[in-house]
Amino acid sequence: MTEHITYPAPRVLPDRFERTSPITFMFWLVVIGFFAWSVNNIGVSLTDLWGGIPQMTRLVGEMLPPSTVRLEAVGWSLLETFQMAFVGTVVGVLLSVPIAIMATPHLSPHPLVYHAARNLVAFFRTVPDLVWALLFVVSVGLGPFAGTLAIVIDKIGFCGRFFAEAMEEVDRGPQEALSAMGASRLSLIMCAVLPAAMPSFINTSLFSLEKATRSSVVLGLVGAGGIGIELKVAMDLFNYDEAATIILAIFALVVLVERLSAVLRKKVL
Amino acid sequence: MSLLQDPAVRALNTASPALSLVGAFPSARVNASTPGERVADLVVSGLSKTFEPGTPVLSNVNFQVTPGQRVALIGANGAGKSTLLRCCMHLIRPDAGEVRLFGTPLAGLNAQALRGLRSQVGFVFQKHNLVPRLSALSNALHGALPRAPLARAWLQSLAPTALREEAMHCLERVGLGHVAMRRADKLSGGQSQRVAVARSLMQRPRLIVADEPAASLDPVAGDEVMSLFSALVKSEGLTMVFTSHDLVHAVKYADRVIALRRGAIVLDALSSDIDVAELRALYD
Repeated sequence: MTEHITYPAPRVLPDRFERTSPITFMFWLVVIGFFAWSVNNIGVSLTDLWGGIPQMTRLVGEMLPPSTVRLEAVGWSLLETFQMAFVGTVVGVLLSVPIAIMATPHLSPHPLVYHAARNLVAFFRTVPDLVWALLFVVSVGLGPFAGTLAIVIDKIGFCGRFFAEAMEEVDRGPQEALSAMGASRLSLIMCAVLPAAMPSFINTSLFSLEKATRSSVVLGLVGAGGIGIELKVAMDLFNYDEAATIILAIFALVVLVERLSAVLRKKVL
Repeated sequence: MSLLQDPAVRALNTASPALSLVGAFPSARVNASTPGERVADLVVSGLSKTFEPGTPVLSNVNFQVTPGQRVALIGANGAGKSTLLRCCMHLIRPDAGEVRLFGTPLAGLNAQALRGLRSQVGFVFQKHNLVPRLSALSNALHGALPRAPLARAWLQSLAPTALREEAMHCLERVGLGHVAMRRADKLSGGQSQRVAVARSLMQRPRLIVADEPAASLDPVAGDEVMSLFSALVKSEGLTMVFTSHDLVHAVKYADRVIALRRGAIVLDALSSDIDVAELRALYD
């Protein structure tokens, strides 16, 4: 038989919710107000959205079935896209490591070097890869090389930050041990920091490759090589069935890279 | 309250006149360390360290360790044992006082000279501090970092045969030759600590400093590690300073026991003169 235990009523029962301070209340009011203003400012219109559905249906109808006429050319462009992403990621990751070391507070040789490296990484990360691609198209000309350079810079911005954070977070114990035995700073980094941060480096690098594959598609739109230019031409010439093939090919590539990266992550880590 | 007025210290003094309490019997230190004939491996004079104003972690610590001596530093949590060991290696800079290692004062040394002195000291930590993703052999090899040419002691695969053989020999001496290629994070606590001992042997040290080497181990593994330490130190004729919460270990494996209380030395005596039961008063 279940016994009911009766607890004495507490003298003071705490409030179910904490009372919001006027500052917090004002903050949320400002956030909600800004959101409403932004919705109005960017012209969000449910009427336009509703009116666009027939257009979208017509477009999808024209895309089907996807064309197989230029399958070989699309294949080569797709390979070029992946090559841009792969080379850009590998070079970017390799360049990120020394920059990240300089951007890690306890590993940087000097506070000035630390601040310079941090700001450089932040600058590379802040400017979008499409802007880097535009700059490189102007400087080295149209084609995949410009796109690859844009990916390299973008990866330095991305990996530089995450590598530095990974190195900052690794257990300091082995570093202290090597330091106590008289190891140099370089030995300490190579023997204690990098091996400990390696799982995080690999994870970030694989994620970078996925991200680079997606962005290398877009870079083609500004003439920086890859399959993006094929997509732009197909859309401009209203060859929607060909555009569908390209979109499906891009989808297949991105999924393949994500799957591969997941398998590698499991194997290596 | 002065430390000498501390009831625990007074009780200890009353209980066993054979124990020499610093301050009450200043000559005790001289008797224990017998300086003069050889240069002491470690001399600590007037060492003080404060992290938070008003609560000194170490205050005016003085002692010296002669070659071949085995010294145990004991004291309750927060007594300053680990800070003292780190100050001895200048891993933490003391606020005042001087540390001399093998006759050389550490203050004012440039980074390279400091590394040169540290390379002669094998420091073993409570949590072994091995690099987890590397093999036991690579970890042992790291002991040769200060003397090996650039990059040759980073990984066992990069090391010259002579260094690999030496590292393997060090692992065999601690009974771990059979797990040389096992990753450090796959070893048991006792095995990890023994790899840390092998790493310190690889340094070819003159002095071994160990910060509670058995604290994170079960009693059996802790005893094994301490026996191993003791045997190696004796056979190599090394000097050893270790901290411990285990008073039996302190008396059994050290020639001399130094007790800290609130950052100051309250006892410095030969272990043969000490009764473990009486030492417990220091923890009250």
